Amino acid sequence: MKIWRQKNSKEKGKIVNYEIDEISEDMSFLEMMDVLNEKIVLDGGDPVAFDHDCREGICGSCSMFINGEPHGPDRGVTTCQLHMRKFKDGDTIYIEPFRSRAFPIIKDLVVDRTAFDRIQQAGGYISINTSGNTLDANTIPVEKENADKAFDAATCIGCGACVATCKNSSAMLFVSAKVSQFALLPQGKVEATDRVLNMVKQMDLEGFGNCTNTGACHVECPKGISLDYIAKLNTEYAKASLKK
Amino acid sequence: MLKKLFNSSIGRKIAMALSGIFLIVFLTQHFLINITSVFSDSLFNWLSHFMGTNPLVQFVLQPILIAGVLFHFVMGFVLDYQNRKARPVSYAVFSGSKNSLMVSRYMILSGAVILSFLGLHFYDFWIPEMEYKYIEFKPDDPNRYHHELVEKFQDPTKVVFYCISFVFLALHLVHGLASSTQSLGTSNRYSSLIKKISYSFGIFIPLGFCFIAIYHFLSH
Repeated sequence: MKIWRQKNSKEKGKIVNYEIDEISEDMSFLEMMDVLNEKIVLDGGDPVAFDHDCREGICGSCSMFINGEPHGPDRGVTTCQLHMRKFKDGDTIYIEPFRSRAFPIIKDLVVDRTAFDRIQQAGGYISINTSGNTLDANTIPVEKENADKAFDAATCIGCGACVATCKNSSAMLFVSAKVSQFALLPQGKVEATDRVLNMVKQMDLEGFGNCTNTGACHVECPKGISLDYIAKLNTEYAKASLKK
Repeated sequence: MLKKLFNSSIGRKIAMALSGIFLIVFLTQHFLINITSVFSDSLFNWLSHFMGTNPLVQFVLQPILIAGVLFHFVMGFVLDYQNRKARPVSYAVFSGSKNSLMVSRYMILSGAVILSFLGLHFYDFWIPEMEYKYIEFKPDDPNRYHHELVEKFQDPTKVVFYCISFVFLALHLVHGLASSTQSLGTSNRYSSLIKKISYSFGIFIPLGFCFIAIYHFLSH
């Protein structure tokens, strides 16, 4: 394996070679990384730092760029759901962190994705009354088609694969999913104008690149977020800009 | 309002799409006029004379077109520079071919070739035309256009360079047209139809321009 090692955000990193054998094809990619780290620790080295949490494809923590693709060669899965049977015996596997100016490297394969949090904080929510008079969301009828689309958008786990794979490092798919999941619901329409303006403004401030519609983000997204949401984001943003 | 829109990444993307569609409309009318040169000298001369002498075309549409071309190219290079800055350290391995079409990843390259072609095209046609009309003030001749066009395509090197440039134009158009509609918010529901239109237009128009250049080279 050729793995990117970098002590911290200040120092320069480099690719370091490791050899590992007796890996079961039923192991997940992260289990293989655990085995590698155990070996490195036993040899007195510094284990490879990588993000992980739920290990069931929900949290969006794992963020490796494997053989030129975020989350590796499989489709519709996160790194933790990737299995070693997707590789052949004797393969050389390149493992790098998600690379973007907006995702600075903390250590080895761990990157700082708080840029996504700041975009969310800029408007990715619905303000509700929490004083005890909250209206039950189910009392507001939602058109089935819109409910389904909003749900699909909400499946975005914010892993950052879209940014990592985009040749321009654009965060448009993530922002479009977060804007659309609210814009499609009646509860979200009240703040729709400010939401899209603020979230896009924050996205631009974070230093992500521009979208050129290559479609790579949709292909590599573990949740298959549709490019339709980018089209919706564009129209939502144009309408909001003309309003304000 | 509009300033805010075009200062954002999405606004710039919409502006690129609009200028691109404007240039596609221009390209279509350019092709429709040029193709007449293959089957009717007189119709081509009449259309060229109209385009070359009509004040609305000359003093309103022509400056708008030049502004549109300049905007599209300058903005394209500015956006590419910003995009390169957004990833300061490149990947050791990047498998772009597994998730996107090559034409979509190299728009800046095909655009740069088209820009260099435009330089030659302006040198060949536009600058002599401006000299003829506005510097040398030569007498108006409504029958000169077809002869001038044919004369330009007698050099085989030029015909080959034109045809190579049209290949890059095709590569730029097949992604550019579909991409611009996506930027303007077209639903994915129509993406299959839009892709078919983009491919048909992007291949047919440059192929037509190639045909015109080769036809005049071979037939005279």
